Amino acid sequence: MTATLVLPIALPLATAGLAVLWRHHRQAQRIVTFATLGVVVLLGVRLVGATRGSMAVAADIGAWPPGLAIVLAADGLASLLLTTTAGVAVLALAFAAARGEDRHPLFLSLANVLLAGVFAALLTADLFTLFVAYEVMLVASYVLLTLRGGRRQVRAGVIYVAVNLLASTIMVVGIALLYGVAGTVSLGGLAGVVAREPGAGVGAAVLGVAVAVKAGIVPLHGWLPRAYVEAGPAVTALFSALLTKVGVYSLYRLGSLLLAGTTGWQPLALAAATITMVIGVLGAVGRGDVRGILAFHMVSQVGYLLLPLGLWSEAALAAGIVYLVQYLAVKAALFLAAGAIETLTGTGQLQQLGGMIHTRPWLAAAFGLPALALAGVPPTTGFVGKLLLIGVAFEQGHLAVGAVAIVVSLLTLTSMVKIFTGVFWGELTPAVRQERIEGPLGLAVPPGMARPTSPRGATLIARRRATELIAPAAVIGVASVVVGLGAAGLITLATEAAAGLTDPTAYLEVVSRP
Amino acid sequence: MTAALIVGVLAAGGTYLILQRGIVRIALGFTLLGHAATTLLVAAGGSGRRGVPFAGRTGELADPLTQAFALTAIVISFGITAFLLALAFRSRDALGHDDPEDRTVPEDRSFPDRYDRHVGERGWPGP
Repeated sequence: MTATLVLPIALPLATAGLAVLWRHHRQAQRIVTFATLGVVVLLGVRLVGATRGSMAVAADIGAWPPGLAIVLAADGLASLLLTTTAGVAVLALAFAAARGEDRHPLFLSLANVLLAGVFAALLTADLFTLFVAYEVMLVASYVLLTLRGGRRQVRAGVIYVAVNLLASTIMVVGIALLYGVAGTVSLGGLAGVVAREPGAGVGAAVLGVAVAVKAGIVPLHGWLPRAYVEAGPAVTALFSALLTKVGVYSLYRLGSLLLAGTTGWQPLALAAATITMVIGVLGAVGRGDVRGILAFHMVSQVGYLLLPLGLWSEAALAAGIVYLVQYLAVKAALFLAAGAIETLTGTGQLQQLGGMIHTRPWLAAAFGLPALALAGVPPTTGFVGKLLLIGVAFEQGHLAVGAVAIVVSLLTLTSMVKIFTGVFWGELTPAVRQERIEGPLGLAVPPGMARPTSPRGATLIARRRATELIAPAAVIGVASVVVGLGAAGLITLATEAAAGLTDPTAYLEVVSRP
Repeated sequence: MTAALIVGVLAAGGTYLILQRGIVRIALGFTLLGHAATTLLVAAGGSGRRGVPFAGRTGELADPLTQAFALTAIVISFGITAFLLALAFRSRDALGHDDPEDRTVPEDRSFPDRYDRHVGERGWPGP
């Protein structure tokens, strides 16, 4: 099992190195990257199989004595997320390839470093390794965000780097405070530490604030909608699927271990969740560009993902895990569709778009399905997740919170309708009409192809490139309906994973003795 | 007590600097804050908790784990601060100074967006 746990981190890092060596051979870069991610998806599936029934697996790197060894561990939640994030990353990078966004010689290298950091953060069983994994992930994301090098990217980059550097510093302080009280940073040794030693509560709280910044929880969310929209469209999709979701995962994990056996913090999490849902969805009202609206909805949806922390029961966590797994794919699909709109028409401003359903009906479907899933309309996975989550909130007597969640869902639907109406319905605008006439999308001609002289050749190239741009989002949209119709399997997996969080005995056992 | 004072002074200075507008000052502020965090890490160690790092040696030695943590944290924050300074350099190219929030500078649409321009048929120009 050691290899299964080490390879998801080692393979992307090795690929990143190869991609630097082969920086002038884009096809070679693409092949190793997709092969690596394919292997990681398979390893993730294997881990999901190995952790069925609330089991956990762990590996001890380098055979150091206990307490010094770096321990990697996976339980149901980590395995599920590893598989989903790797799968979504494949689609986001396929979109980047279709769009030509991976033409920068270091793009795929950086994307691999980012993924290695994400996978390390999911698999680590050690607080300090978690910090290092975050940094690996963030360093790559800083460069990916500012890769375009324009003024807007510099502005967004400064905000993004400064906020995350501050959060990282706070995280180090939190780790230091916890280490000062407990004398260990291994998650196994820290289990229940706040209940044992009240002084550790300070460290845990400081750590919680640091992770909350990375997850984008109100009032620590201000950087997110300002930074994400300035990256390239494929990069935004990658970030949305990976970065904030890893923050939410860490909150689940730390809540399950550090705060085991304590009460009193749940109302705080519940309040933060409710405020985050409302502020995020209201912020989206003021935006007039597709990705700007979607970025504010990211904040809003983090509120839903926080609800299980506030409710803290097996049923609530199971609902949260279903929601998390489906939402990270769905949000990536929306950003991919938004990226396709921007690539095809050259703009993401709703005012300049309209009538695209006539020119690109498949794109309308590829945006519409994930949009319905985000709003929680049956039969998509979003409906299943929201139904479970709001049902649990009502069952546990939090009527106001459940009601707010329903209202926010309706507002989310309004926002999605606003985008859909703005982009796909109405009159054909010049920006939309132009892309049909101007041959290959006004974009680069793929290497090896001459610029077509005949209108027919232009149409053929345009059709092929449009298909490549639209397919990744469409795949997730269809998957969301299929999984939504047969949700029983996902719910079973999530329930087992949730049982591993409320009662982390199996996890602690393998972590302390791998 | 000495450690607490050092952390307090560094954190205060760092906080003041990161609230300034220029990127260079923010970077200097993060350097101070990073030192504060590092000092806290080192102060959190205790030799009573963990033995001598090398087998066969005896004697009074400090907790090695926090030193390893501190070293890692220093290297990481050093790298990111360097990146922040690179952004400041880029900002000087784009704006003429290092305050990216200054909206009085007119939006220069002709500023070459190297990335988008080269996502063209020529491909990236290479290093």
